[in-house]
Amino acid sequence: MQTHAAKRVEIIIEAPMERRLTEALHKAGVTGYTVLPVLGGTGRSGTWSREGQVGRAGGMVAVICLIRPDRLDGLLDAAFAVVERHIGVVSVTDCQVLRAERF
Amino acid sequence: MGDILNLAAGNLLSPIILSFALGLAAALARSDLSVPEAAAKALSLYLLFAIGFKGGAGVAAHGLDGTLLLALVAGLVLSAGLPFVAYALLRAMTRLGPVDAGAVAGHYGSISIVTFVAATSVLAGQGIPAEGFMVAVAAIMEAPAILAALWLVMRRGGQTEMESGIWREILLNGSIVLLLGAFAIGWITGPGGLAEIESFIVAPFKGVLCLFLLDMGLVAGRNLRDSRGVITPGLLAFGVLMPPIGALFGLAAGLALGLSLGGVVLMMTLAASASYIAVPAAMRVALPQANPSIYLTLSLGITFPFNLTLGIPLYLAAARLVTGG
Repeated sequence: MQTHAAKRVEIIIEAPMERRLTEALHKAGVTGYTVLPVLGGTGRSGTWSREGQVGRAGGMVAVICLIRPDRLDGLLDAAFAVVERHIGVVSVTDCQVLRAERF
Repeated sequence: MGDILNLAAGNLLSPIILSFALGLAAALARSDLSVPEAAAKALSLYLLFAIGFKGGAGVAAHGLDGTLLLALVAGLVLSAGLPFVAYALLRAMTRLGPVDAGAVAGHYGSISIVTFVAATSVLAGQGIPAEGFMVAVAAIMEAPAILAALWLVMRRGGQTEMESGIWREILLNGSIVLLLGAFAIGWITGPGGLAEIESFIVAPFKGVLCLFLLDMGLVAGRNLRDSRGVITPGLLAFGVLMPPIGALFGLAAGLALGLSLGGVVLMMTLAASASYIAVPAAMRVALPQANPSIYLTLSLGITFPFNLTLGIPLYLAAARLVTGG
């Protein structure tokens, strides 16, 4: 099976910031992404859990984008402008995708 | 004094407080007891709908006068003014910087709708009626405190990240829309509408509130457990001193408006409570440099349990004393 090199960008961010991040991604031309709920976790800013939350303030979400390597810098610039001062993690990993024209 | 102690003891041994205590104890003991996110959300939707609907139906049954408008203005002034009191206290009692103090102060101007619901339940248990429009006062008190808190931070040279979308999110957050929407439906349909769905929103109300408070106990307990070292003695003192101070402002406002005993107690409870839904979300966006562990632990882990267990009976006793009710 033919596979193609791509970049997988995973952004864990505070739930109230989700809309701002996805809007910034759209503006940067990144129209494909997946938003996943985060069950819980811990980090330098403390612990969070999805359980029992009645508001979104205590929660986090994961926004995952798969893109062509040449579009990575544009995405990271757009994402960084939103997440720079907020709690969260941004990571980039190499991956392989089928159907390269979709990315 | 004996009456106050009896009321406090009765409140502490009520099913809703014991449910909260169970959740709190389970979380502190690291039990795996938990309420799934979707279930907690459904319980909160039920409570908001029921309390809003009953408030609207109450207004329809008893009619409306200028007191509603004045109560709304009083709520707005309390919400915008209390952050200044809280900020001054925080700066005097703790070592918080302007940004964290401003963020915390915003929580204490805004309100906790669950504390409000618990107070209405206590009043109902005592057979004390209250003005139905206090639901609308609760809704209007959510947002002005945020503006006041951000102004306090900006005045001290702190940076805020304000953008147009944040106001839409604050003013149209789901809790406010549902509360006011249900209030409007209750008002439009009146006692007849209430009678149609009474078996759903009146009879099961306390049972649902028990389950919801079990969840709130779990959330508060987890919060306290995970934030060791965050809460200093000064912050702890603030968390239990600020509610009665806020309640005094609420008492003055309630008396000035000529509210009933129940209305005064609800106004005191609103002024005494601290937000843990609308304001934390707004602070996450507008004041990312503020430490969320401080404001969430204070409002959810200290002030909420205080109001629930001791605060509400205290406010009821004080209002009775002053109004002679």
